[in-house]
Amino acid sequence: MAKRSTPEINASSMADIAFLLLIFFLVTTTMDVDTGIQRQLPPIPEKDQKTDVEVNKRNVYQVLVNSRGTISVNNHWVNSLEELREGAKEFINCDRADDPELPEMEEIMVEGIKTPVKTSKGLISLQNDRGTTYGRYIEVQNELVAAYNEIRNEAARKYFNKPYDELNDEQQEAIRKIYPQRISEAEPKNYGGK
Amino acid sequence: MAVMGKKKKKTLGAISTASLPDIVFMILFFFMVSTTMREVELLIELKGSDLPTATEIKKLEKKSLVSYIYVGKPLQQYQKTYGTEPKIQLNSAFAELSDIYEYILAERAERDEAEVPFMTTSLKVHKETKMGIITDIKQELRKASALKINYSARQDMGY
Repeated sequence: MAKRSTPEINASSMADIAFLLLIFFLVTTTMDVDTGIQRQLPPIPEKDQKTDVEVNKRNVYQVLVNSRGTISVNNHWVNSLEELREGAKEFINCDRADDPELPEMEEIMVEGIKTPVKTSKGLISLQNDRGTTYGRYIEVQNELVAAYNEIRNEAARKYFNKPYDELNDEQQEAIRKIYPQRISEAEPKNYGGK
Repeated sequence: MAVMGKKKKKTLGAISTASLPDIVFMILFFFMVSTTMREVELLIELKGSDLPTATEIKKLEKKSLVSYIYVGKPLQQYQKTYGTEPKIQLNSAFAELSDIYEYILAERAERDEAEVPFMTTSLKVHKETKMGIITDIKQELRKASALKINYSARQDMGY
């Protein structure tokens, strides 16, 4: 049987087709990956539940942001975000001696760490005015999360000689047990109108 | 110079374009893979640079389990009907606060029951927005017990 030679397909328009598709994707593409600060909202309290849980004053780090974006912590002004972060770190840190100004601590056993470790009962409460801008609010949230992340990193280095991100799941869990992220977004209040 | 003068004129052959489709295809595949189509048309002013910046951000995993709430000033062409105060947008329409509850329930009904606890609500909010409306939205979300939220923010590229 004679072999019929197939005529060669003209491929010169291939580039045009490819260009067309390329331009389509170039136009429709949005490179943004969705990123953001993860938060857990508190559940709505049950009706018969007592709404105000008595928390010892020394265990609360009360952050207020007013409508002009000024921050105060436990009724003292905070001048910069760095100051807020340092203050929050000092408040969360459990690797210290007992101090009546700082939150109470208790010793717990954590899986993966042999010796008992101290964990604090501290709670950061964040309140904002209705007139605060969202940008400012996120800045403050970010500082508080950063404080937790730095403290967790320090703990991870201390117990496992590795930064927090490089730990395996169980080790991360252990660190999270020592430093649970307790940032409460308190019930809204209206300070002095809009 | 003598040497240069002697150099005979070379005729340049046509450049082969045979590999051009390959190159274009390569770029094409890159964009096809990295592209994410915008699902909704925004009715409010919310460019990428309008989101707040933060350093401690996390990537939003499992996009299929994320419901979005957009908040911002209506675009110029809608300002006549809706005013300039920040409005909420759900899917592709303006909404009121009271619609959020229904929206969350509808989103939940679309998903598998086993996936419901992992659902996240992403708040995409213009940074100039006042917190009042956000607080109200958060209260609505709490009522609908959609407690996992994500404040959408961009990576802060240093100070």
